[in-house]
Amino acid sequence: MTRFRVAIHIVPRRGILDPQGKAVADALHTLGFASVGDVRVGRHLVLDTDAESAEAARDAVRRMCEQLLANPVTEDFHIATVEPA
Amino acid sequence: MRVGIIRFPGSNCDEDAYHAVVDHLGAEAVFCWHKDHDLQGADLVILPGGFSYGDYLRPGAIARFSPIMQEVVAHAQRGGPVLAICNGFQIACEAGLLPGALLRNAHLRFICEQVHLRVESIATRFTSRYHIGQVVRIPVAHGDGRYTADADTLERLEGEGQVVFRYVDAGGHVTEAANPNASQRNIAGIVNAAGNVLGMMPHPERAVDVRIGSADGLPLLHSLADSLLAEVGA
Repeated sequence: MTRFRVAIHIVPRRGILDPQGKAVADALHTLGFASVGDVRVGRHLVLDTDAESAEAARDAVRRMCEQLLANPVTEDFHIATVEPA
Repeated sequence: MRVGIIRFPGSNCDEDAYHAVVDHLGAEAVFCWHKDHDLQGADLVILPGGFSYGDYLRPGAIARFSPIMQEVVAHAQRGGPVLAICNGFQIACEAGLLPGALLRNAHLRFICEQVHLRVESIATRFTSRYHIGQVVRIPVAHGDGRYTADADTLERLEGEGQVVFRYVDAGGHVTEAANPNASQRNIAGIVNAAGNVLGMMPHPERAVDVRIGSADGLPLLHSLADSLLAEVGA
């Protein structure tokens, strides 16, 4: 068993109105960052988990995302990194 | 009729529900603690409003794993009625008792005000005491009430008559201005396919006395009492 540190991005699915993202985009435009387009505000999770391999850790975290960490109706998740903790 | 009101850490409309059921409907009510596995013989379960578990992760996401929720889901699967109000609606969606999700209000503000709802279906055990198309005044108090579902789910809800309440203006018209949180299709309340679980963002338990603004929530409780009485009589 190895302890892995897994980083997960969860963002509102495209096509679903993200009012926080829109507010941030508007604020950035006000600051003069006119080139900013779509903004999505989501969550970033970092969790430690024991697994036989990086692949096994990734599999487990995918199931965690499907069952709890992300809402399958409205959010997409992306497992960004899986590294030994 | 015995009503079980579920109490999570962070529930804050449990006492309102108790007051409505006991003092206005005249039924018996008990509180069911989230860590227990006991619905105490409740015929009707109310999932009350509040901020269970501080809305951590997402509203309702953690509450769904409370021990008592296993009993609530089993009760619902037996056909027992569940009235899921506000945070209760969010919990019911997270628990898979109802389709869709409740997202942050589009304008990002917490809203606390009387709204007008149109009764879209009276063929439910929750709404038989209303008239079809009746416009009622019931308060909302939420930050995450924007009902969202995929296109297929919305079509199914509409087609099967599962949309029970819609946000409207005082004249009963579905308008963007009357939609306090930008819910899809102005949806304020839905029932599941079996018709025994109602989820709604507005608070019928806070609309039981004209002296505090409205008694338009009472017929909902009376409809439920009628349906339970009919079951006992059958």
